[in-house]
Formats: sequence, structure tokens, C-alpha cells
Amino acid sequence: MAGNPFPQSKEQLLQAYRTMRTIREFEERLHIDFGRGDIPGFVHLYAGEEAAGTGIMMHLGDGDRIASTHRGHGHCIAKGVDVVAMMKEIYGRKGGACEGKGGSMHIADLDKGMMGANGILGAGAPLACGAALAARFRGKGEVAISFVGDGASNQGTFLESLNLAAVWNLPAIFVVENNGYAESTSRDYGVAVDSYVDRAAGFGLPGVTVDGTDFFAVHEAAGEIIARARKGGGPALLECKMVRFHGHFEGDAQTYRAPGENEHNREHNDCLKKFSAAVSSAGVLTADELKAIDHEVLGLIERAVTEAKAAPQPTAADLLTDVYVKY
Amino acid sequence: MARKISMKQAINEALDQEMARDPSVIMMGEDIVGGAGGDGERDAWGGVLGVTKGLYAKHGDRLLDTPLSESAYIGAAIGAACCGMRPVAELMFVDFMGVCFDQIYNQAAKFRYMFGGKAETPVVIRAMCGAGFRAAAQHSQMLTPLFTHIPGLKVVCPSTPYDTKGLLVQSIRDNDPVIFLEHKNLYGFEGEVPEALYAIPFGEANVVREGKGATIVTYGLMVHRALDAAAALAKDGVECEVIDLRTLSPIDMDTVLESVEKTGHLVCVDEANPRCSIACDVSAQVAQQAFGALKGPIEMVTAPHTPVPFTPVLEDLYIPSAAQIAAAVKRSRAGGRH
Repeated sequence: MAGNPFPQSKEQLLQAYRTMRTIREFEERLHIDFGRGDIPGFVHLYAGEEAAGTGIMMHLGDGDRIASTHRGHGHCIAKGVDVVAMMKEIYGRKGGACEGKGGSMHIADLDKGMMGANGILGAGAPLACGAALAARFRGKGEVAISFVGDGASNQGTFLESLNLAAVWNLPAIFVVENNGYAESTSRDYGVAVDSYVDRAAGFGLPGVTVDGTDFFAVHEAAGEIIARARKGGGPALLECKMVRFHGHFEGDAQTYRAPGENEHNREHNDCLKKFSAAVSSAGVLTADELKAIDHEVLGLIERAVTEAKAAPQPTAADLLTDVYVKY
Repeated sequence: MARKISMKQAINEALDQEMARDPSVIMMGEDIVGGAGGDGERDAWGGVLGVTKGLYAKHGDRLLDTPLSESAYIGAAIGAACCGMRPVAELMFVDFMGVCFDQIYNQAAKFRYMFGGKAETPVVIRAMCGAGFRAAAQHSQMLTPLFTHIPGLKVVCPSTPYDTKGLLVQSIRDNDPVIFLEHKNLYGFEGEVPEALYAIPFGEANVVREGKGATIVTYGLMVHRALDAAAALAKDGVECEVIDLRTLSPIDMDTVLESVEKTGHLVCVDEANPRCSIACDVSAQVAQQAFGALKGPIEMVTAPHTPVPFTPVLEDLYIPSAAQIAAAVKRSRAGGRH
């Protein structure tokens, strides 16, 4: 086998593939189960966007905080939230990550530094500023990351947070996951500037745009930004240009897309295919190694669904608990 | 040792002593230090009415002046509270809640429930409330019912310097998000306050005057109007019981119900607008739980269903008066069965 041409170790590459594949299979399984009517409520899938969450989160530890979006499953998995607990949560069962009280849009695991998916677009940005401020007081070099889509990048909370992080020089990173659509409305209709780097500059922040379907590009750019923030170098913005394989929510007929757009994206803009091709052609990971992970991940997802379906429903008593610490 | 100090000084003292006691307590807000980035005095303002003056000298960078970005810094206070800090954020005027309400009612209030009981958000949001300052419609509201409506929030509105210190200390130590509302027309009001730290538990109303003729339930500045009304009625031989709720969420209905069982008459006084107000809430709960004890109709004295007017002659008409409260007591006593 040839030497490893990537800056990541083989172990890191295996980890990256496992994380991305877990997110993909988790989301594709939800797509099927939602279609069957097994899952209540709103579900927003991250399939197609895996390289961004994975490439960023590989630089983080449990002490680093993230504030996620309504499309948060991928962020959760990449941040180390238990996949079975997530599935139970999405099925609304006891033993779910939030005991069935939060659901897909509110999965959180504070012990893992995951401050919650969020049903309010742009709402995570101020929370990440607070997490970054707390990190600065702790003085251990921890960072906080706020995720928004291109849609929520227009929210006042997000724009105010860019300024607050800049004037307070917070260890905060703002990731714009630009999948081209704010729900059904194209990114170019809703954002007047061509580049988020320009928008960041308007707030006095450095900004970088990367191909969000390229794990290696994301991992490298995020690594530099996060390392700088850890050393007191302040906030930055990272735009990941990416594609969303599914609709805004499950059940979205996606008639706003060009004909053949989804098929094209799955063929040419699939971050997992790109990653597999890169590591295989470099001879760093073999097809068997990747297949073994695929097999392992499918088993995990199957177990998660089985356990979720078998998990007990919350009872009437659960309705009234967990409102206050003490009241 | 207790001395006479103003409510403003009581707030300052509670913040100072809690910051000294607990290094995780931090403060942020617009101009709470005042003078950041300028060439003059750093602690130039100490808050727009000088409530936090002097704290910067003692606690330094644990007090953060913020840009005029209520959503960002109130949200940052909430985010920091999820990460081990005990932030006290000052919103200046409660009327500005509209700018940042999502962070309060969709984020802070709901984390614990949405996350299955695994989150604690020990944040305090202080704000001035109330009319009488000629500050017009966007700087004079009560808005207490808005916050009381939201599960997950605690709502405090004190009437005296003693309660202010004890309840603010409790707010800072409390592990749930607290909305702490300070009536701006009580900032100069003086009362006995011990120097030592003490906390007043939430959900314990204060019977500030005892009587058997009628129960007047209120909070904040209106406690003083109710006491004026009770003093006037006493001259006519009617002894009213005046209850200061102190905290609106949680609310101490036991004390209210016990009093109504004794007096048979209830007058709810609220500086907030009437619809879905604290007065409505207390009235409804009493009607449900102590209907048999009532000897006359429940009366409510509230601000009218209008914004707060600017001009002094109209604003004075807007704010419930002692005369209106006394008239309501008389109506309840006259209008019922005996």
C-alpha cells in the first residue's frame, strides 16, 4: 500500500467515513420510516450534507459546544450523541435523548456539548455566543460553533451574533451550511451578496468558503479556524456549499427544483462517493474496509429502529414533569 | 444590620454581594458599565439609571457592556447559563422584550422540558417596568402577564427594597430562568434592608396588612396604592387585607384563598392591561376554588385596554389609583349577599 497522502491519519479517515455513513443511513432510514407513517411530526434530513458536520466536528471535544438547526441529526451524530437514543427520541419514546419530549427538532445532549437542534431559525447563534463567552471565562481553550443554513443566515439573531462575537472577540465559529435553498426559496433570491465571505467582512470577521461536499476541504478549513479561536484569535465564518438530497421536510414534493436536480446531485455531488473515491484511489482505505463499516452502520441503524419501536411510550405523568428544576 | 436604603441600592447590593460570593455570576447589558471604548470614565453610567454603578470597579470584566443587540446578548446570557455560568442580563426596559422574546420564551423557558429534564438554565433577566415616568407607550409597560403565561419561566416583581434584595439573591441562585421586573417608580423608595445576604423563597406572598373586610391582591407599585386605599377605608371602619404576591410565577394562591375564606371579598389590582392579566388569573382561580366563600362580586382594578399615554394628565388617569381601589372594595361589599 502506498503512503497516506492525506493530512488525516488512517484512523481519522475511518472515523470520518463511519460518521458520514452513519448520518447517511440514519437519514435514509428515517426517510423510509416517515413515508410508512411510523414517525410523528416534522423531520428535516441532513443526507447529502454529511461532510460538513463531520469535517467540523472531528476537531471538537465534549467541552466544545455546538448550537444546531432544525436539520440537526447530522450535527448530533457527528458530535457523538448516541444514535439509539436519537432514534428513540424521533419515535417519541421514553429513553429517547430527550425522553420523547423534544423530538427531531430539539434533540440535545449537553454532556456531549450538543446544545440542541432548534426549531427557530437563527436562534442558535446567540446561544453559541454565550457558550463561547462561558468558554472564555473557563479559560481552557474551548470553542462554540453555531450552525445556520443559508436561509437563517438572514435572521437578525445571526447577524447580531456575528457583531457581538466580533466585538467581544469570542471563540465562536459561525458555519453557514449553504444548500441552496431556504425551504423552497433559492439562496440567490434571499441573499443579496454573492459570498458569505463578504458578509463576514462587513462584520469584521474573517470568512472562508469551501466545497461542503469535500470532507477534506471542510476538515482543513475548519481546523485552521478552530485552532485560531482556541488561541484567542477570535471568531470566524465558514461557508460550506453543499447539497440537500431530500426536501426541506419529509413530505416536500420539491417541485421548486430543476428537473433531474436530485439525480444529478446524487451522482456528482455525493460527499460520501467523493470521499470513498479519494481514499480508495489513494490506496489508504480498501473497499473491504469501507464495506465493513457500511455493514456495521446498517446493523446499528437497524438496532436503533428496533429498540425505538420497542421502547415504552411516555405516560400521562410524564406530561407534567421537567418544566422547572424546582417550582 | 439593617439600614434604610433605596430599592436601587438594594439591587446594586444584591448583585455586588452575589458576584463576590459566586465567581460564576456575570452581568451583561447595555451601558451597565457605561463608557466602554471611550476616552473618559469606564464606569460612566452604571446602567441607564445608575443601578449598577460601582460594580465594575469591584468585579471588572465580569460585567460586560453590550452592543445594542438585545437578541444577541440576551441569547448569549441564556447560552452561557447552559454552560455553567449564572448570568444576570439587564434589558433596561421590559418593553424591549419584543426584540428578543424568542430567546426567552422559545429557548430559555423550554430547554428543560424539550431536553427531557436534562438542562438547567440559571439566567436572570432584569428589566425596568411600569408607568408613571412620562416615558410613553414603549418604555412604561408592565407585561407581567406575558411572562407568567409561559411555562418554564419564573416571574418576580417586588414592591420594597427588602423584598428586592432577597428576591434578586434568590433569582441569581435559582436554577430556572427568572424574569426580574423592577418598577422604575420604586427605585427611589426606601426601606429597611439588612446588610447581610439573605434569600426570599419564590411562591410566598406577603400579607402586608391584615384585615377582615376585604382581600386586595396585587404586586409591585400597586402594593403601595392598595395600602393607601386600605388606610382610607380603615377610616370608614373597613379593614382590608392587602396581599403582595411578590412572585407571579410561581404564585402563592394558598395565601390568597385563605384570606378570601376569611374576608369573603376579593379585589385584584394590576398595573398591567386588563385582558388575560394577573388580576384575571387570580380572580379566576378564586372563583374556581373558593366560590362558596365569596360574599360579593370579585372586582378588578387594572390599567385600561390602551397603550400607556405620554402626557402626564392621561398617564395619571391610566395608572390605577387608591381611590379606584377603595371604590372597588366598596362595590364588592355592597354588591353581594350578606
